[in-house]
Amino acid sequence: MGMTMTQKILADHAGMEKVEAGQLVKVKVDMVLGNDITTPVAVKEFRKIGLDRVFDVNKIAIVPDHFTPNKDIKSAEQVKFIREFAREMGIVNFFEIGQMGVEHALLPEKGLVVPGDAVIGADSHTCTYGALGAFSTGVGSTDMAAGMATGEAWFKVPEAIKFVLKGKPGKWVSGKDVILHIIGMIGVDGALYQSMEFAGDGLRHLSMDDRFAMANMAIEAGGKNGIFEVDDRTIEYVKEHSSKPYKVYTADGDAAYAAVYEIDLCAVKPTVAFPHLPENTRTIDNVGDVKIDQVVIGSCTNGRIEDLRIAGEILKGRKVHPGVRCIIIPATQKIWKQAMSEGLFHIFIDAGAAVSTPTCGPCLGGHMGILAKGERAVATTNRNFVGRMGDPESEVYLASPAVAAASAVAGKLASPEELEY
Amino acid sequence: MKAKGKAVKYGNNVDTDVIIPARYLNTSDPAELAKHCMEDLDRDFLKKIRRGDILVAGKNFGCGSSREHAPIAIKASGIACVIAETFARIFYRNAINIGLPIIECAEAARGIDDGDDVAVEFETGKITNLTKGKEYAGVPFPEFMQEIMASDGLIGYIKKQLRVES
Ligand code: SF4
Repeated sequence: MGMTMTQKILADHAGMEKVEAGQLVKVKVDMVLGNDITTPVAVKEFRKIGLDRVFDVNKIAIVPDHFTPNKDIKSAEQVKFIREFAREMGIVNFFEIGQMGVEHALLPEKGLVVPGDAVIGADSHTCTYGALGAFSTGVGSTDMAAGMATGEAWFKVPEAIKFVLKGKPGKWVSGKDVILHIIGMIGVDGALYQSMEFAGDGLRHLSMDDRFAMANMAIEAGGKNGIFEVDDRTIEYVKEHSSKPYKVYTADGDAAYAAVYEIDLCAVKPTVAFPHLPENTRTIDNVGDVKIDQVVIGSCTNGRIEDLRIAGEILKGRKVHPGVRCIIIPATQKIWKQAMSEGLFHIFIDAGAAVSTPTCGPCLGGHMGILAKGERAVATTNRNFVGRMGDPESEVYLASPAVAAASAVAGKLASPEELEY
Repeated sequence: MKAKGKAVKYGNNVDTDVIIPARYLNTSDPAELAKHCMEDLDRDFLKKIRRGDILVAGKNFGCGSSREHAPIAIKASGIACVIAETFARIFYRNAINIGLPIIECAEAARGIDDGDDVAVEFETGKITNLTKGKEYAGVPFPEFMQEIMASDGLIGYIKKQLRVES
């Protein structure tokens, strides 16, 4: 029997001809990632091993993005601790304020991940790079420490679920809607321990930013990773951003899948996940009357340039509802500059929105837009768990940038089509 | 290795944001983290449990972020073992890597009620509900994971390996 994309990448990185689902393998990794929350723990664990060097100074990336620019003294101390570690070890890819971005938007943009790579990151949304046809998955801080020491990680080879995408999505439907639709369909543990493989003709209509948003949320279905077939668009992106050698893996024709789903993209509607789980989805025509207090457009899911352009298209010449705070957070410095030079900030500011420097900030209830008791936010982020953006009695509704921007104007959950001109 | 204690029980999809909210992640000190363990799900969690108690939950326990602070907080709060129908995969990895015993067993997770006395044998995966007089067969760890646990977590395991190689 053949292998899935993920199985092939794992086999190659384990130096094996073939692997099977369920097998435990030790693989060489091409990149080890950590952030300001997970790296301090990893550094403490790394010290216990007693090594005075890391396995490869070029293959580790440390991105302080969660509580940065440092929100308080404790956060500042955590970042200082990892900054000093990075300097001591000579880690090349430590991204300071001024060069940083939300890690999962930053790494592909910096060309640090390419097709065929095996990547571990001490952050659950490390699965984002599957959009590039890489195997990438979230691990914990101890795994990060072990990875920094040895350049290796242990995995149980996953089986896969295949999603065959067909057709072309409608005007206001983005990758975010497609992945919310899928999570609503299979549930938050629908892909537990499994790989989610995205393939099919419909891929042609999904931009790289759409694919990043989709792979990003594989973890929200419990998946070990999400991975996209590599096509011309992927190669174009990689050539533009990286000089690293890459390798294209394709699933064998006779690879076994735990399940195969066909998704007709033209039937997917703008979709919103209601509190408090990403699987509580409703299509925009079924949301009812949900008044909101805040809108957040940003994060590793939807803080990329296309997301900001969509928000701009909707906010242009309109005003944010007086009852709503609208916070827009470009995910990286590069995206920030691009949005600025395209004039998007004029649109946002004229509409009455605030624009922030790149940070995870409100996405995890860190800073820069925390919710009070009873408040509701529409966010383009990826999690709406209890207390995720603030008080345990606040609520987060997950949506696309189009729905988030339209909701900011309407003061309630709304589709762009509902807005009056 | 064994654990014996009272069960404290929760439902499905207990996520890492309620196990340890992000607002407390500006420290990685286990004792500090333990003070806020499960706070957003159950304010009385720390009052309810005693050292050595067993946390029982439904499906997909520990879903969400990769924060190792979650199993660290649970371990430091005094919980001796977590039994669940299924675990989210990063949580599963992290628990093993830091040496928090966890066992997957759907029957036990459903059959044990809050407050039941429970005993667990880690090597065999045998779970006994002492209150109800029932036994369940949990999934024991694969051998290499037992090795990691026996080395007091992944770091101890790697130290041993590096010693062998050099
Ligand atoms: S933007 Fe949100 S989900 Fe993404 S890495 Fe930051 S905190 Fe995590």
